[in-house]
Amino acid sequence: MTPRPGLVLEVDGSTPPTLFWHGERFVLEKLPEGSRVIYAPEPLVPLEDPVGAIRHALLHPLGDRDPLPALLWPGMRLTVCFDDVSLPLPPMQAPDVRQLVMEQVLDMAAEAGVDDVVLVAALALHRRMTEAELRHALGDRIYEAFAPSGLLTQHDAEDPDNLVHLGTTGKGEDVEINKRAATSDLLVYVNINLVAMDGGHKSVATGLASYRSLRHHHNPKTMVHSRSFMDAPSSELHSSNWRMGRLIADSGVKVFQIETTLNTDTFPRQFGFLQRREWEWSVRDRAMYAAAAAALDRTPPRVARQVFHSIRAPHALVSVQAGEVEAVHAVTTANIWKQQGVEVDGQTDILTMGLPYISPYNVNSIMNPILVACLGLGYFFNLYRGQPLVRRGGVVILHHPTPWEFHPGHHPSYIDFFEEVLSDTTDPVEISKTYEESFATDPWYVHLYRTGHAYHGVHPFYMWYWCAHALDHLGRVIVVGGDPAAVRRMGFSPATRLADALEMASDVVGRSPTLTHLHTPPLLLADVR
Amino acid sequence: MRSLVFERNLPRFAASRLASTLGSGRGAAVGPLRLLDTEPPALPGPGWVRVSPLLSGICGSDLATLDGRSSRYFEHVVSFPFVPGHEVVGVLETGGRVVIEPVLGCAARGIDPPCPACARGQLGNCERLAFGHLKPGLQTGYCADTGGGWSHAGLVAHESQLHPVPDAFLDEDAVVVEPVACATHAVCDAALGGGETVAVVGAGTLGLAVVAAVSALSAAGHVAAPGALFVGARYPHQRRLAGELGATAALAPDQLGRAVRRKTGSLSMADPRPRRPGGPLTGGADVVFDCVGSADSIGQSLAVVRPRGRVVLVGMPGRVHVDLAPLWHREVRLLGAYAYGTERLASGATARTFDLAFEVVAAHGLGRLVSATYPIERFEEAVQHAGAAGRRGSVKVAFDLRHKEARHGEQPHGDAHGDAHGDAHGGEQRHSDARHLARSTTSGRDGRPSTGGTS
Repeated sequence: MTPRPGLVLEVDGSTPPTLFWHGERFVLEKLPEGSRVIYAPEPLVPLEDPVGAIRHALLHPLGDRDPLPALLWPGMRLTVCFDDVSLPLPPMQAPDVRQLVMEQVLDMAAEAGVDDVVLVAALALHRRMTEAELRHALGDRIYEAFAPSGLLTQHDAEDPDNLVHLGTTGKGEDVEINKRAATSDLLVYVNINLVAMDGGHKSVATGLASYRSLRHHHNPKTMVHSRSFMDAPSSELHSSNWRMGRLIADSGVKVFQIETTLNTDTFPRQFGFLQRREWEWSVRDRAMYAAAAAALDRTPPRVARQVFHSIRAPHALVSVQAGEVEAVHAVTTANIWKQQGVEVDGQTDILTMGLPYISPYNVNSIMNPILVACLGLGYFFNLYRGQPLVRRGGVVILHHPTPWEFHPGHHPSYIDFFEEVLSDTTDPVEISKTYEESFATDPWYVHLYRTGHAYHGVHPFYMWYWCAHALDHLGRVIVVGGDPAAVRRMGFSPATRLADALEMASDVVGRSPTLTHLHTPPLLLADVR
Repeated sequence: MRSLVFERNLPRFAASRLASTLGSGRGAAVGPLRLLDTEPPALPGPGWVRVSPLLSGICGSDLATLDGRSSRYFEHVVSFPFVPGHEVVGVLETGGRVVIEPVLGCAARGIDPPCPACARGQLGNCERLAFGHLKPGLQTGYCADTGGGWSHAGLVAHESQLHPVPDAFLDEDAVVVEPVACATHAVCDAALGGGETVAVVGAGTLGLAVVAAVSALSAAGHVAAPGALFVGARYPHQRRLAGELGATAALAPDQLGRAVRRKTGSLSMADPRPRRPGGPLTGGADVVFDCVGSADSIGQSLAVVRPRGRVVLVGMPGRVHVDLAPLWHREVRLLGAYAYGTERLASGATARTFDLAFEVVAAHGLGRLVSATYPIERFEEAVQHAGAAGRRGSVKVAFDLRHKEARHGEQPHGDAHGDAHGDAHGGEQRHSDARHLARSTTSGRDGRPSTGGTS
């Protein structure tokens, strides 16, 4: 059966309550009549032969690139880079698509007699992956072949011996990336393009870059002028990455880009109700929801977190393309919109969204308050093309417990950012000017980033900058069910119930506002006309 | 005349120690402290005067004594029975208000020539605390001969112990001069260097007084100004007050180490993988004032001080179990800071600690630290309140002895310090924030309270 497209539902008296994520729980909320609910398209049908499709893409590249085997020869230096643990969300059921792609890339390299091969996890300033995470992403065969001999590496943005400065763009942006990758005869980059923001020149220019390079586009000014991140032509973040990517190409780095898109089959069968529209819930769906909701209500948050983080998504490959970066990415972006795009007429006064337990930066970790803000205001707010779903001066209502809780091993600088920086100011520009440098160069954070599993010291700043566009655009942010102290620390307003939040929102948008709910999962991209 | 008397009574001492396991201050109800009718103490000799207490504070060392947790070290410098109360503002028979400098040094003990410490003006280091014509007693409030502040019978004080109270001072301002003097001595003795990072562990009366002393004395040029002053405070009202008194940042205790680490660019020896709040820093604060004196606070102080830094024990410690390996390995200077005497200032001049303490109190209007007063008849509640001050949103709890006549059916004597705010019905007096706010807004340009002597 052909998957149905997305739709915008207008709530009326017969509409059942709407599902909201609430961290490690979910709730059903009755939305006011006249509200709109945006539903994503149904998951696309998976490729019947993903291995064959990958091979076909490698042999039939797009743009100005030869087939991969023609780019491989004995004695060459080959570096294969891959997206890190932040993709996809949730982590997918084995085999991970990175494994499927890289097995073929490495088989072709072996057939061509290439023996100088190094794998690089493109961390940028993310935390290093654990052995279990690497094994899951690459499979045991690749891990065992490369890790013992030190050929499976993770990009270290603080390793001066393995960074190379390739030059500056016409706008004065430093381009400094992983030296091994930049000095290889061929750089193969394996992407998982979960949303339209991923991939393109951003893969190498961000994933393999240093702080010196990243600071040129990960800053409040760039973020405010990225409208949105999901629409590359309107995104200053992408413009900067494209300038850098072209400089990388011009400096002689040959990139063979492989991009993959997945369908939005996000949760396994027992959570199937999360994927379906509420009025279409079967008796089984209702029973599963009731059982899950009741169980989670009685489960300590820490246990519930472990349960959810053990979920592996049944994501399936729906497209794969390879070749020259820009040619590949144009096709990828179209494929993502095909899966996730929903046309929406006009903006709304109030945008509501339920936030899940996971974001790109807390896989197997804690969704701390900064990540809550980033997921809601940085990612979900930006899931648009054209114009934001919510009007300027409007209100966003987030639904999340927002605990004042941090993972000290993964997010050490987040703790200090929350205590030291946000207690002083929430203004991204002021934060950038006053605090960024000292966090970015703090030797303790550098040590933890390089040797532990910590995000870089500057990472919480970037998370806050992701919110800059929304903070600049919105009249108020309200968090339903959040820890009041944590919510207030970020400059937002806490509300106990959705009804309270709507009452509070009326101070900003009047007493007869329009309301739109961004229904997730699965992910969607709103094409706002 | 009713007085609170602390007697040597081992069964009651044991009972108080047992009761204190239920919470600080619980020992008062079952311990050796009793409310008795007493006579005014005799004048020990020439140069001694009678003082009628107006307010007398309850100090951490008092709580330790009442709870049976005080170190046995003090047994030889205390004489029984004694009337506690060494934080005292009182009135002389001639009518003037005075604050008592309670240390009973050579001058008070009639020892001449004085011991080397007293000769240098370092009264707190007196080497004759158990000698001379007085019974042993390190301070007024621990000596059987002098009486103490928790008494309607009054106390006797040597003229060397008297500090006149300026008219602009409220009784509440005056009663905190003694603990502020302790803090002032600690700050002056810490040899602060300009731009240093300073941490204060604990924000009860002593901790807040240290913060006030650092900011007031550095502003006056008496000590070098620190680069940053971080305070670890358990309760929100303590953090608010610490901020008002000049802290760079007042933080929850578990945040203190992180803030110091950030400021000083230190690393941490904590293993980042387990979920632990943090281990010792590789660098750290130049000076740490431990204003608690517990094993935990000393341990935290040693964890956040830099190698060769100074940890100043301001709060009175007892028998504590502390790992001194970091002190040895990092060559940390552990300094005691007891009482007061004469301080050497940054200018090279000297000043009596109490004179400086009066300046600190005036600069910050520290009478606002007095959160509640009780009549001595309700000493159990008062001591329990003092023991739970932080949890109950309070700082300093004191006994109010201004209205004994009213309780006896007499008229208040109408001196400049009597008013109706004392508790004629024996009730607790809460000193609201609004009252303190009103007082702070009437401060003069020099920061000294400009209200009259009545409260």
